[in-house]
Amino acid sequence: MIWKEDIETMPLEDLKNIQSERLVSLAKYVYKNCPVYKKKFDNAGISPADIKGIDDITKLPFTTKIDMRDNYPFGLFSRPRTDLVEIHVSSGTTGNPTLVGYTRDDIALWSDVMARTLCCAGAEPDDTIQIAYGYGLFTGGLGFHYGALEMGLTIIPTSSGQTKRQLKIMQDFSPRILACTPSYALYMAEEAKEIGLDPRTSTWEIGIFGAEPWSESIRAEIESEWNMLATDVYGLSEIIGPGVSQECQYKDGLHIYSDVFYPEIINPDTGRSVAEGEDGELVITTLTKQGIPLIRYRTRDIVSLTTEACRCGRTSPRTSKIKGRTDDMIVVRGINVFPSQIEHVLLGIDGTHPYYQIIIDRQSHKLDSVDIMVEVDERIFSDEIKKMRELEGRIREEIQAVLSVGVNVKLVEPKTIERSMGKSKRVVDKRSL
Amino acid sequence: MKVRQLSVFLENRKGRLCEVCSLLGDNGINIRALTVAETETFGVLRIVVDNPDKAAQTLKDNKITANITNVVAVEVKDQPGGLAGILKVVADNDINVEYMYGFVEKSSDNALMVFRFEDPERAVQILAENRIRAVGEQDIAGL
Repeated sequence: MIWKEDIETMPLEDLKNIQSERLVSLAKYVYKNCPVYKKKFDNAGISPADIKGIDDITKLPFTTKIDMRDNYPFGLFSRPRTDLVEIHVSSGTTGNPTLVGYTRDDIALWSDVMARTLCCAGAEPDDTIQIAYGYGLFTGGLGFHYGALEMGLTIIPTSSGQTKRQLKIMQDFSPRILACTPSYALYMAEEAKEIGLDPRTSTWEIGIFGAEPWSESIRAEIESEWNMLATDVYGLSEIIGPGVSQECQYKDGLHIYSDVFYPEIINPDTGRSVAEGEDGELVITTLTKQGIPLIRYRTRDIVSLTTEACRCGRTSPRTSKIKGRTDDMIVVRGINVFPSQIEHVLLGIDGTHPYYQIIIDRQSHKLDSVDIMVEVDERIFSDEIKKMRELEGRIREEIQAVLSVGVNVKLVEPKTIERSMGKSKRVVDKRSL
Repeated sequence: MKVRQLSVFLENRKGRLCEVCSLLGDNGINIRALTVAETETFGVLRIVVDNPDKAAQTLKDNKITANITNVVAVEVKDQPGGLAGILKVVADNDINVEYMYGFVEKSSDNALMVFRFEDPERAVQILAENRIRAVGEQDIAGL
């Protein structure tokens, strides 16, 4: 079924009218309610009156992760704190994390787009869903929860981890839908086999996987291991969390809910739009969000976009799977990791700045591993093993505290880490995503 | 009297210790005492050599991480209970020993032990008060 059939199958011309009306209101709304946006508009020489329709969107300034960080915690909000009913936090590149907040209307919006997402993946109102995304400050768990609630599914909020229990719950309650990261789906298949459970006999028929990049080969592996349909969900907390776009059963691109999240694809260097079908950075404007609406937010995700109609009947444009990033962000077990965060920790250890390298790997059917190699120079070296162990432990703990991801720290000799053009290669990603 | 020890950071991999020892040997540096402390992934080589300045420079030139550590080399009577006698003085005076190891050669009829004390200054003073002789770098170079 299609959740919001009138909107989701609307002719593109009508959709454009809605987008235009909403953008006109949005420009006035943020100009009036958010001093940061007022200043951004003024600096760009733009008045809300200049925005007469959706095509005028290119006149508006971009919003970036740096704006989020500089205006932490509540500077980019258009509503007072008291109007917020929920806030979520994700790790930032350095220093401040990224804070997002929802008004009651925003939660209703999130519930709506997540209900569309679940339907798009193939959920029916009588279904049971096992939500194995983390619940908490991470938007994954609660986003799915609100959508499933809106749709009237039976929710099993297992959150992430405790794999044997996940499998037992699946066997006992027969959920047809599984939501988790793709790497966790593969990991669970391996665990299932270890306890003598054939994954192909599982009750899960549909998987909704996201929060980390994954390829068609991983999809093929999940589908054959679990004998299920594996679909891709996309989202980011700055925009709403999960629920920005979702694949239908044809798995031919992710339907983006462009009546509320207006997409543009730009050349990240020039900021200009690219032709339809060409790769570029996905930029999203939240047309109806109230708490922290964002104008032309640079996602740094590289995708292409098509407006061709889909066989499923939905008319909203579709993006490709994520093809890359414009920055050095890496996603490990669903968590965003920036090399600069690790640099920051190392700098704080002794005021020194040792050479380091991050090695991300994924053994077949295992979760991602993060090894951080740190070159030992005279400044941090001690003849006492005890002190070296302490150093190793301290680096590990501090990095884990910042990243919220378990890491291994390995102390190595100087010049062990490969330098390219005098600059060391910070990240080696050995995963075949 | 203190002796300079070279502490060298080594990754725990095949042939690495051989490489470092060969490097010192090729530069005419003689190792007098040695010990290796290791973990699963790395180790610390501690050596007393006949020419610590040259050894330090050689390691540095070859981008090998090394520090100079002050240790105390003590003559131990080569007879039953020789080491115990010294350790008793150390224990009775609450001197912390981080680690210790033996010399390859003997000086006269005595064996030589290297001690890494937490507080070498105080340790040397107390050992002297108890008539325990610490040898100097000159003595070691002349062995």
